[in-house]
Amino acid sequence: MSRFASYLAAVLATIAAVPAHAALPADPLGSPMWQRLGQTLFGDAPVRFDPRVRVIFPDIAENQRQFPVAIDARGIAGVKRILLFADLNPIPLAVDYTLDAAQPYFSTRIKLDQRTPVRGAVQLADGSWLVSGGWIDAAGGGCSLPPISRVKGDWAQHLGEVRGVALWDAGAMRVRLAFRHPMDTGLIDNIPTYNLEEVALTGREGRRFGDLRIEASVAEDPEFTVIVDASPTEAISMAGRDTNGIDYTARLTPAAVAAPR
Amino acid sequence: MTIIDRRAALAIFAAGLATPLRAAPLRYTIDPQLVAPDLWVVRGVDGPIDGANGGAIANISILRTTAGTVLVDCGPSLRYGQQLKTVAEALTGMPVIRVYLTHLHPDHIYGAAAFDRSIVAATPALARSLETLGPSFSDSMYRLLGDWMRGTEFAAPGKVLAEDHETFGHRRLDLYPLAGHSEADLAIVDNGTGVLIAGDLIFHDRAPSTPHADIGRWLASLDRLGSIGHRAVIPGHGPIDPTSSAAIGQTRDWLSWLRDTLERAVAEGLDPVETGNLAIPERLAALKAARYELQRSVAHFFSRIEEQALPRVDLRR
Repeated sequence: MSRFASYLAAVLATIAAVPAHAALPADPLGSPMWQRLGQTLFGDAPVRFDPRVRVIFPDIAENQRQFPVAIDARGIAGVKRILLFADLNPIPLAVDYTLDAAQPYFSTRIKLDQRTPVRGAVQLADGSWLVSGGWIDAAGGGCSLPPISRVKGDWAQHLGEVRGVALWDAGAMRVRLAFRHPMDTGLIDNIPTYNLEEVALTGREGRRFGDLRIEASVAEDPEFTVIVDASPTEAISMAGRDTNGIDYTARLTPAAVAAPR
Repeated sequence: MTIIDRRAALAIFAAGLATPLRAAPLRYTIDPQLVAPDLWVVRGVDGPIDGANGGAIANISILRTTAGTVLVDCGPSLRYGQQLKTVAEALTGMPVIRVYLTHLHPDHIYGAAAFDRSIVAATPALARSLETLGPSFSDSMYRLLGDWMRGTEFAAPGKVLAEDHETFGHRRLDLYPLAGHSEADLAIVDNGTGVLIAGDLIFHDRAPSTPHADIGRWLASLDRLGSIGHRAVIPGHGPIDPTSSAAIGQTRDWLSWLRDTLERAVAEGLDPVETGNLAIPERLAALKAARYELQRSVAHFFSRIEEQALPRVDLRR
């Protein structure tokens, strides 16, 4: 082999060994933000689009301040983590949910700042991500309108209020939590970002069910549904914290769903 | 690019220039149907507001009296109002002398911009609610409808109705100020023909919409309308009901089902996404825009019901 040929072989081998990023698959939604967001959220991990990640939301964004979205990946085994994000929101990520002992179902309400893809991504044990989602049309300003409670001025009086229910239904414990919190995005005059940022759910003897990392793109008065692997009578504890360091705690005693629908 | 390609491209460009630069102006189809002697309805499209229908989704009523033409509601835009005025006056041979607004929603009242303010009438409660909310639908209507809305600005009513009826020539119109679909709903009975012009208190074969609704008050208003002795109904949306009770019953059926369904969903710990996708009973699923309106109603009511129904679980610090 000539010196030149061996030099060339070395260069080629180097190029082949160091891809800048694992190539993201082409986006079926044609989002202008896909490449950039994909690199930020998934790094070098393999990413596939998979319709088994069911991202469910209404046909119409009736209220751009609070758009309900559910991610249901119960058809996929071994889900460790769920991300909810909207590409064209100024704060794209809404929730990063780590599952310890929970079923891969999650729902909340997010703000929509304009027409955008809304997506769910689930991570498997091998680190790879499965992604799905769809476009939703929306009037502008969900992230840049003041929270209702800021306008009314009563947000501080209700801070810390948590409503909720834990229901044992068909072999699973469904937990629904509704907080009072202004969830300031920092995009409105002179009001810095202020949001609930952490919610952890535990069971008997501190057994962890799951942790939510929450961004200000979640709607004012945030609410969440998760399904945890608790026993039928196991009390659920919630520990949360917001970006001002205020702690929130709650305890839910399970009830059974009364009558079949 | 070869020379032939370039030539072809130039030809296409020239053809583009030859077509008119302005598209034909948007026009509504306004086709009044006779309901009773000297009473017509212009039927709206029984679906959501969109660019294809230009927002013309509400039913508009036209009455001929010996004193002039009376309209009940006037459509979504200035353009609609202008076309409606032309069509109604050609139909009756009489100038429009009164435009009633039944409630605040823009698909019913933004056409008022085409009429002299002094003939546009609202109940005192509606006039009050329009002071704050009247212009507020403008942004979303322009966003949804674009050029259909050109030149449309909300026009406040110039006549506040204190009386319980108005008479034009020999035609007496009885006014029923009610509420429930919104904070202020006006229903009108054409005394001579017995036709109830219900505004959005009554929907027919089209699911009721609830952005400003109070279901309890709405059901009470339906009870009241059930007792006034009318013969037929022009609903706010959907086909004419030739009977006195079918459309009232259907509206009541939907609202009762909606209220029960939302309350039960909250009690069962469902979230808004699941609730919006619940099965709709066959008789109600047949209504136009049923799924669409259920999902909108979830957005309107779900959080308020949860706030009432879910217990506090926070541990006081």
